[in-house]
Amino acid sequence: MTVADENGKQAQRKAAMAVLAHSDAAEIARRLEPIAVPAYENLREPENGLVMLRGRIGGDGAPFNLGEATVSRAAVRLATGEVGFGYTLGRDRQKAQMIALCDALVQSNEFSGAVEANVLTPLRAAMASERDRKAAETAATRVDFYTMVRGEG
Amino acid sequence: MYVAVKGGERAIENAHRLLAHERRGDREVPELSLTQISGQLSLGVDRIMTEGSLYDRELAALALKQARGDMIEAIFLVRAFRATLPRFGASEPVDTGQMQVRRRISSTFKDIPGGQILGPTFDYTHRLLDPELAEGSKPEAPATAEASAAIMPRVTDILGRDGLIEPSPQLDADAPVGDLTREPLSFPADRDLRLQNLARADEGFLLALGYSTQRGYGRSHPFAGEIRLGEVEVEFMAEDVGFAVPLGAVTLTECQMVNQFKGSATEAPCFTRGYGLAFGQSERKTMSMALVDRSLRARELGEEVIAPAQDEEFVMSHSDNVQATGFVEHLKLPHYVDFQSELGLLRKLRKEFSEAAADTPEPMQEAAE
Repeated sequence: MTVADENGKQAQRKAAMAVLAHSDAAEIARRLEPIAVPAYENLREPENGLVMLRGRIGGDGAPFNLGEATVSRAAVRLATGEVGFGYTLGRDRQKAQMIALCDALVQSNEFSGAVEANVLTPLRAAMASERDRKAAETAATRVDFYTMVRGEG
Repeated sequence: MYVAVKGGERAIENAHRLLAHERRGDREVPELSLTQISGQLSLGVDRIMTEGSLYDRELAALALKQARGDMIEAIFLVRAFRATLPRFGASEPVDTGQMQVRRRISSTFKDIPGGQILGPTFDYTHRLLDPELAEGSKPEAPATAEASAAIMPRVTDILGRDGLIEPSPQLDADAPVGDLTREPLSFPADRDLRLQNLARADEGFLLALGYSTQRGYGRSHPFAGEIRLGEVEVEFMAEDVGFAVPLGAVTLTECQMVNQFKGSATEAPCFTRGYGLAFGQSERKTMSMALVDRSLRARELGEEVIAPAQDEEFVMSHSDNVQATGFVEHLKLPHYVDFQSELGLLRKLRKEFSEAAADTPEPMQEAAE
């Protein structure tokens, strides 16, 4: 694989992970159901842990430690060799394992199309519509203050 | 000094059983679920996450339920839980400039690119108790409007373009990011460590200190340059994966205080800044944090340290409500042995006093009296 292919593949995996991390575990499971998932083994048993969340001083300066978040992670290997990783905020280990499985499937020529069509596309659409709904509700509270000279009004 | 005591197991067990019973309240009334707490007492949950220093809504809701609504007890429970999990590492620093904004206001500029957005706020409510809410009324669906795709630059970025405000301190590649959960506090403390301390500090303590700066104890002439609330994506550089993996989004509140000038013979005067950042919707907390962050920069900015809010050792050593409550509340544990020795000493002193009084001859009467 060329460097460009490598980068493209990485961007694709990352985009898939972003959608999955935002999605509900039950939704991912439901979308995965129709896919005949190949045999796989756990490379890393799903586990809970913490990640220290960092902010930046002033929003754009040097980093500082804001506080921790619970995170779950897992890693799987398909019988065909692809290794997938799953990371997500929260303590849902099953969700981390499903993300790992999807990450492995995304890398498989045989399954990447099915995962994109059955899992990622609908979840991405649900995420976008949720985001749009929030944005529209937020937009309705946009305010135009006007200033008055003191003593006026 | 506290000396361990033995015994009382049965009474302690029964006391906890009684506590569980009282916590449940009237058993004829439905029990609170964690989803209800997380969804309907959400600002309380946000405060527990912030001061418990652990982003996990469900755990914070459980802590609030277990603590019977006692915030500090709930924060204590969350802190204790966090000690049971391994740390995978630290996230990439979050970019609040890319926030999906749900509220964003500035008290310095009326017309800011992206606009002023009130979002879900208590501001401009009349603070009248609502009898309809007591009866369980159904709220109207939120109004909607067309959202603009315009980006929302931070107000401080706008001021920064003209050099009117000091830039944020940039990363020193040689200095690791300070972490007070790993190293005990030492002074003087750098700003990264101070901000970590303030981020998990008691809201009431910071509110009082911030207020004290406004009333003249370390005045800093603040304006709320910008307050924003919304969702920010988190990424974690996972060594096993080989790239920064997305973990999902967290809700954050950020406050940028813009404060009066500093300048020197070589540098033109510019506004200075104070910064606040917290989990969830925590506006009062981030505003107070930003005021205290600014006042704690007194030494760096060459200001005279005259007020409590400017004294980093005082502020940082007393800001943590779990530490504070531990030391205050330990006073109620048995101190019998310690008290017995004090009692012995007091009896000895009183005996010496009365003996000395008996030995002293009556003073002579003054002739004039």
